[in-house]
Amino acid sequence: MLENIRLSFKGIWSHKMRSFLTMLGIIIGIAAIIAIVSTIKGTNEQIKENLIGSGDNTVEISLYQGDWTYEMGYEGIPAGVPVINSQMMEEIKNIDHVVGASAYLSRQEYEVYHLNTSISGGNVLGVDNSYFSTCNYIIRRGRGFSQKDYSQFRKVALLDKDSSDALFQGEDPLGKTIEIKKEPFVVVGIVEKSKIFEPTINSIEDYYTYSQDASGKIYIPNTTWPIIYQFDEPQNLVIEVESTDDMTNAGKSAADILNSYVSSSDETLKYKAEDLLEQAKQIQQLSQSTNSMLIWIAGISLIVGGIGVMNIMLVSVTERTQEIGLKKAIGAKKSNILGQFLTEAAVLTSMGGIMGVISGIILAEVISRLSEMPVAISVPAAVGAVVFSMAIGIVFGVFPSYKAAALDPIEALRRE
Amino acid sequence: MILDLQHIFKDYNQDKLVVPVLKDVNLQVEEGEYVAIMGPSGSGKTTLMNIIGCLDRPTSGAFELAGTDILTLKDKELSNVRLNSIGFVFQSFHLMPKETALENVSLPLSYAGVKKKERKERALKALTRVGLEDRATFMPTQLSGGQKQRVAIARAMVNNPKILLADEPTGALDSKSGAQIMELFQKLNDEGVTIVMITHDSNIASHAKKVYNIIDGEISQAVKKEETHEEEN
Ligand SMILES: Nc1ncnc2c1ncn2[C@@H]1O[C@H](COP(=O)(O)OP(=O)(O)OP(=O)(O)O)[C@@H](O)[C@H]1O
Ligand SMILES: [Mg+2]
Repeated sequence: MLENIRLSFKGIWSHKMRSFLTMLGIIIGIAAIIAIVSTIKGTNEQIKENLIGSGDNTVEISLYQGDWTYEMGYEGIPAGVPVINSQMMEEIKNIDHVVGASAYLSRQEYEVYHLNTSISGGNVLGVDNSYFSTCNYIIRRGRGFSQKDYSQFRKVALLDKDSSDALFQGEDPLGKTIEIKKEPFVVVGIVEKSKIFEPTINSIEDYYTYSQDASGKIYIPNTTWPIIYQFDEPQNLVIEVESTDDMTNAGKSAADILNSYVSSSDETLKYKAEDLLEQAKQIQQLSQSTNSMLIWIAGISLIVGGIGVMNIMLVSVTERTQEIGLKKAIGAKKSNILGQFLTEAAVLTSMGGIMGVISGIILAEVISRLSEMPVAISVPAAVGAVVFSMAIGIVFGVFPSYKAAALDPIEALRRE
Repeated sequence: MILDLQHIFKDYNQDKLVVPVLKDVNLQVEEGEYVAIMGPSGSGKTTLMNIIGCLDRPTSGAFELAGTDILTLKDKELSNVRLNSIGFVFQSFHLMPKETALENVSLPLSYAGVKKKERKERALKALTRVGLEDRATFMPTQLSGGQKQRVAIARAMVNNPKILLADEPTGALDSKSGAQIMELFQKLNDEGVTIVMITHDSNIASHAKKVYNIIDGEISQAVKKEETHEEEN
């Protein structure tokens, strides 16, 4: 075997140009696959990082009507959807891997003003004391809500960065008054995620995923809520789980618990967990399906490369008829000859595979420089590519090798 | 008896025409003998040697090599007989052009599964036996015709075969190199190697202890020159 590999390198080296041209099909095919796979992997990793690796491990569960979140502003309070009480919260907190939970009120609101500046499509949230710790918010400036804010129904508000930017445009919002539905609220603080989450927007899908987040949020005490809205509005829930992998299951369980209390005649009225993992997967699938076509094209180039290898091996067998005849005469078995030629084909395509992987990595780096697409080199893909090209060599080498092994030594020696 | 051929016939089929090439060949060779088979071109010498060398099968007849009935053996077993019991030397050397003398000589050992270190030792010993130990790392293109043939002989001898078969071993050589090869054959035969040599040159044939003539596929033992001389005297 080692002897065969040594002979193969010798043979390939003695026909450098021919060997390289033969390998070219394999090199191009493998390089294309490695470049595509690296780009897919890079994009996927970034999506995952952006969506779920943001570190807070929180899942939001909201009330849906069919495929859309239930809009209080248009629909009014739905019948059969109870307010989330302490018993329900207890059940939710008992779900495996759930660390914390907080119910909150939420409405999309256009009528938020500071002087004449309004916010377009921000969200007003009525929250209790546990909300900020559950969502891993910290008070960046000013103060949070105090016990008295809740008990005395004070009209105070906290802003996040987006809403404060939108309403105050660089001015200091602390202590200033904003109007929500014509009611004045005093801004007492600015909140911020404890881990900064700045998604990179690469595609239109990414844009839709993040656009809701970017519109800005205004927080008020949940006890103050009925001053501008109504009593007993349906709530949303946010839960914090131990790790990213728990998000999907814990979110589903929490939604199930809430749904068991819903007794609406409207069958489509249901709590659903916003599943970021699922979203990530969908985006990944989208990018994968467009790229799988490219992989097919690369695969075809590999087959063409394989046929090229077969062709050159057949030429090589004809050229080396005498050598084969002599080897058989001095005692080589069919299997020896078969092994020699198969090894040669496999070594040839493996070398092509290795060169392809190297060029693919270079290509991927170039793509990432030019298009600012993220690239991640996959080691399994690189190893797999080399093994696959070796397999191509063996598959397309079988026929020529078998032909060599079956040569009649007398005929082979007679040929001068 | 190392070779025993009985009533060997070999026909070739050429366009529905049966061409008989060997006609009732009987040949016995004892261990340690040095035999030459002489005949004009086209008389069937190479055909006969291919049969003795287990490369070809006769149309009919019986053939035993060192007591083994060769004609019942399968392909793989024939390969083993060629590997272990037969050494081939050809008119045109048939060395691997891209391998050194040493690598050429060790080729049969690799088919015999000999380990690398031992291969090298034994190949070097075989090269020493033909007087080319100082050319071990030479490529065939760097060797003279006579030297190439000696490398080929070393390759044939490296597995210690029972019999050395040579088809026109001096056919491509000048008379001086040819004489050197004949000296080497004599030396090997003195060391106990059985040799069957094919030639159309009566001078070369005269080096053998026993000479057969093959004419038109029929074999007969020739009367040796020395013996004729003795009779004349
Ligand atoms: N494969 C074949 N098909 C048909 N005829 C063949 C074949 N091989 C050999 N022959 C014929 O058999 C005869 C003997 O051939 P062979 O090679 O044995 O001769 P030779 O004695 O070795 O001659 P030379 O001294 O020229 O080498 C020739 O007439 C040749 O044409
Ligand atoms: Mg001949």
